[in-house]
Amino acid sequence: MALERWFRRSRPTRSDDDPSPAGLWLKCEACSAQIYKKDLVAAAYLCPECGHHYRMPVEARIASLADEGSFERWSGRLGPADPLAFHDTEAYPDRMKRVQEKQGRPDAILTGAATLHDEPVALVVMDFFFAGGSMGSVVGEEIARAAERAADEDRSLVAITASGGARMQEGALSLMQLAKTTVALEGLAERRLPYVSVLTDPTTGGVTASFATLGDLIFAEPRALICFAGPRVIQQTIKQDLPEGFQRAEFLLKKGMLDDVVPRPRLKATLARSLRLLRGRAPVAADLAEEEVESTHAASV
Amino acid sequence: MPLPFERPIEDLEAKIRDMRSYAAEQRIDLDEEIRLLETRLERLKVQTFADLSRWERVQVARAPGRPTGLDYVHSLFGGFQELHGDRTLGDDPAVVTGLARFDGRTVVVVAQQKGRDTKENIHRNFGMSHPSGYRKAMRMFDLADRFGHPVVTLIDTPGAYPGIAAEEQGQAWVIAESIRRMSRLRVPAVSVVIGEGGSGGALAIGVANRVLILENATYSVISPESCAAILWRDAAEAPKAAEALKLTARDLAELDVVDRVIEEPIGGAHKDPAAAMRSVGAALREELAALASEDPEALRRARHDRFRRLGRYVELDAVA
Repeated sequence: MALERWFRRSRPTRSDDDPSPAGLWLKCEACSAQIYKKDLVAAAYLCPECGHHYRMPVEARIASLADEGSFERWSGRLGPADPLAFHDTEAYPDRMKRVQEKQGRPDAILTGAATLHDEPVALVVMDFFFAGGSMGSVVGEEIARAAERAADEDRSLVAITASGGARMQEGALSLMQLAKTTVALEGLAERRLPYVSVLTDPTTGGVTASFATLGDLIFAEPRALICFAGPRVIQQTIKQDLPEGFQRAEFLLKKGMLDDVVPRPRLKATLARSLRLLRGRAPVAADLAEEEVESTHAASV
Repeated sequence: MPLPFERPIEDLEAKIRDMRSYAAEQRIDLDEEIRLLETRLERLKVQTFADLSRWERVQVARAPGRPTGLDYVHSLFGGFQELHGDRTLGDDPAVVTGLARFDGRTVVVVAQQKGRDTKENIHRNFGMSHPSGYRKAMRMFDLADRFGHPVVTLIDTPGAYPGIAAEEQGQAWVIAESIRRMSRLRVPAVSVVIGEGGSGGALAIGVANRVLILENATYSVISPESCAAILWRDAAEAPKAAEALKLTARDLAELDVVDRVIEEPIGGAHKDPAAAMRSVGAALREELAALASEDPEALRRARHDRFRRLGRYVELDAVA
């Protein structure tokens, strides 16, 4: 379980998670090629050699999707409370403070308005590097508000998910965010506005079991781990090896759980095209372009 | 087998039994002594159960002999007609669903079912549903909506089953969809957490107008064992995790996660199942009666608003 890994680390070794800081070079976890980190960042966090999809910081994600200068931030005015006075090896507020400073935002989410090839959307992007993208009251509330505001402003909703699941430190209130985010999507449905979710690596637990899989369309990035129970939990339960590719995007596509697996360079065009088609509009030339992000090997992804 | 904290109670009960039989054998009058011991026993029970730690309540919630979903169904409802199958993959024995009569009306029942012995537990998969179980529940929600009958769900599961088939068949997808379908009901829905409310697998059938919980039941985002394994790197720290998670009925009432706590007989529902079932019946009767006159759209709206509100956060503008 991704969240488990995040909590196990007393000090996150960033090279594992967020490939951008610390050091100039990294060895690709998929093809072992030596990658110059600037190239990785320039290529929307795709390995320039093999096209492997690295987890992407929130700001880079928004830059890769929103039309230039179109993004207007909505979230950021809500911060986590400590309703349980939760204390494990560290007090929850202290843990949050540390992560807030590292990530530069009050919680594991960024929402806002943008256009994708001029198509108006509300964007919800989860920050996996913030406490494993875990969903507590703030994340749930920001998603709910974004969905409601999208409905009010006649925008489609696009959610880019990355999460270890519900946040333990807010107990049952985190669990209740599954229901909260779900009911908040109703306004979009009533107004026939599309909601498209994009599941990225990893999307697990309570996030998968709520708004993430309630998209009118559900896309996923290549090789993304998408599950309810993490592979380790399942292995411990059944004490068997798991099938090759189990719980990965391509596997779930075959099982009929996803509308498509979309490589990152094609994501923006795919979203814009799908949203426009759902809303009864003709796609524009830019929506039909297969290449969005400059990357030497993106075409082979 | 008694729970660890029940041992002093059981010892005292045994002592009273011995004294009774001794008095009978010897034909001597020990009534006064016995009465004293009985008073002490009552006090001990009350004290013990008032002071239970959260971890001890977890054990009561899981205690063998605690009434299960089907026990409630058979004792509280009349004319129960079980309805099987999800019309897609099969029939999940971890969820029992059907039609029944309750307090002069037809209700649609969805009950998570643990086994009452090892054999049944294996059959019921310890109350852990596969996607098929949630699909069956959703079929019941549709049926209730179509005929305008209230929905009663009884929650008692360690969680949705974490297995290969369950994942392949979209465990997360069906839980999300079940949450949505239940939230859209245009009929009254009342949920009662009767034992363990295990995370998303419990919430999937818990999106009710009124969420009730038995005094010693628990409802949590994660089991104390799993939480301990993650945060303390040791499942043996589960008692600490249970404390931190605030997963008891009283905690959940304070967090507005549940609307009503149903008292259990002294010593827990497993000590007096009949009394526990009567209390649940009385609470259900009141709740369903109160919801009966609401119009369909108001019921849906109220349920939507109830869950929309949940959560605690800080407005940063106000703080600054």
